Amino acid sequence: MIINSRFFNRSELMGFIALAAVLFVILPLTLDVFRLNLVAKYLTYAFVAIGLVLCWGYGGILSLGQGVFFGLGGYCMAMFLKLEASSVENTKIQSTPGIPDFMDWNQITALPFFWQPFHSLTFTILAIILVPGLFALIIGTAMFKRRVGGTYFAIITQAVAAILTILIVGQQGYTGGINGMTDLRTLKGWDIRPDHAKIILYFVEVVLLFACIGIAQFIRLTKLGRILVAMREQEDRVRFSGYSVANFKIFAFCMAAIFAAIGGAMFALNVGFMSPSFVGIVPSIEMVIYTAVGGRMSIFGAIWGAILVNFAKTSLSESFPQLWLFGLGALFIAVVLAFPNGLSGLWADYVQPRIDRLFASRRAKAGWADNSVADGAPAE
Amino acid sequence: MLIGHQPKEFLLAVSGLTVSFDGFKAVNDLSFYVEENEIRVIIGPNGAGKTTVLDLICGKTKATSGSIQFRGKELTKMKENEIVQTGVGRKFQTPSVFEDLTVFENLEISFPRGRTVFGSLTFQRDQLVEDRVEEVAEMIFLKDKLNTYADELSHGQKQWLEIGMLLIQDPDLLMLDEPVAGMSVSERAKTAELLNRIIKNRSVLVIEHDMKFVEDIAHKVTVLHQGQILSEGTMEKVKNDPKVIEVYLGH
Repeated sequence: MIINSRFFNRSELMGFIALAAVLFVILPLTLDVFRLNLVAKYLTYAFVAIGLVLCWGYGGILSLGQGVFFGLGGYCMAMFLKLEASSVENTKIQSTPGIPDFMDWNQITALPFFWQPFHSLTFTILAIILVPGLFALIIGTAMFKRRVGGTYFAIITQAVAAILTILIVGQQGYTGGINGMTDLRTLKGWDIRPDHAKIILYFVEVVLLFACIGIAQFIRLTKLGRILVAMREQEDRVRFSGYSVANFKIFAFCMAAIFAAIGGAMFALNVGFMSPSFVGIVPSIEMVIYTAVGGRMSIFGAIWGAILVNFAKTSLSESFPQLWLFGLGALFIAVVLAFPNGLSGLWADYVQPRIDRLFASRRAKAGWADNSVADGAPAE
Repeated sequence: MLIGHQPKEFLLAVSGLTVSFDGFKAVNDLSFYVEENEIRVIIGPNGAGKTTVLDLICGKTKATSGSIQFRGKELTKMKENEIVQTGVGRKFQTPSVFEDLTVFENLEISFPRGRTVFGSLTFQRDQLVEDRVEEVAEMIFLKDKLNTYADELSHGQKQWLEIGMLLIQDPDLLMLDEPVAGMSVSERAKTAELLNRIIKNRSVLVIEHDMKFVEDIAHKVTVLHQGQILSEGTMEKVKNDPKVIEVYLGH
């Protein structure tokens, strides 16, 4: 008698198929490698957006510090790649060969202890998940157990983003400073820079993205997903139904952090460098804007938001670099005022009903009404 | 007064309970005892501390001093969700239901299973859950609204839904804060009927202003005034207490 027996409802299934068709078939066939690599860069933000849908859209926890986790994931990956690029042969002109170039420039003569384990790819992959996950666990526990929430939590995440940026920039010898980690070359001896490698990395990223969509959708459909929604509305009622609200918030925040970190790691691989400009306050807020524009209640909507806003950013900032930030601000205001559920809300309100009528005329089947969470709007 | 060793096992024993907000004592050295299967109504003028007493018992507000024993466990040291798990349920004054979820999902969340993060990830909607939800939905007159989103319910229906959410928790002590406030006459009658049915095999602590309703259900009435007990006993006794008439019932 109850719905939800399927993993995706019909409109979500259409969103899934549309996204898979665009990312797996249409874009690789129509774009040159340079543009495809740009899409790969946009998609790294889609990981962050999925996390924000769970954490902000469902759980009501607005984090303005997702750049922190994106950065931690990205830096973990970049450290591994940088170490591999800094072999003794590659760096024999340095005064200390075998360490990353920026360390040599900063008069560091031995690899710091926390860099040592990043020689191992297994450790690196674990670190990409665990370092941001544990960091989110610590922040989440400290905040949510003390009932810090809402605006205060958002401001604190902003502060964390600012602190991490300052730390990275200040500790030049250990982190590469403001320039970040550049000149990343190979992954286990496999060159990540040529065109065919870019194409393979693109597909790896899309597969990972769909894995994350699957995980997020699974969480959304369990009772935990419904508790997140319940918590967003009536925190006290959840508490007095016998749940520890803090633990559920911590879980949502950690999941969002891990998704963001996977995006960051893919960024380092696809774009070939990592720098503090993807960690701080501005990128963190931009990530929230992508999610809001796409639709914070919709996994597919948020992914489209990340792709489209970044596409607009690239095109507009190429032609009008000064105007872009104003445009982004205006877009965010427009979304909040005019269509709070973003593109997916517009899709659900205007496009979906037409499609439904089309279906309904063919097979008259009533009884499902779950369009509160609809899919994203496919680009033309 | 009840002093020293109690021959009878009380379900809830509140003793010397005090809470002060910046020096203002909302509840002042309050002691009362609720027996098994007793229906206790707390009445009193506005600001008497009635809601604060419920907040203290369910852990929403922390006591400044005093003790609250529930089946021998000290509630003042426990977290809200632990208090719920020991068997205390609380309904709020304004209906607090999850409006973006259906009636079924609202009731399901309150079903006492899978209350940890991992438990809720692996929670299965099995026959037991569905049967229990349907049973409760029938009791609260919402059987044909299981797939309706809660924001489409009327005020009275939301109140019933919240009562249903408590019912499915199956608490030993049910605390209701003005359950019939804002209800129509017919809804009031239905609610009284509902409460009379659900209070079997459990103790109930009710705050209510509607004297007719209080007379209908109360075993014992406690009158609060300025955070202290003014009078306690049967409705008959309390109604004829000159102090009560002066501060509360007289006008």
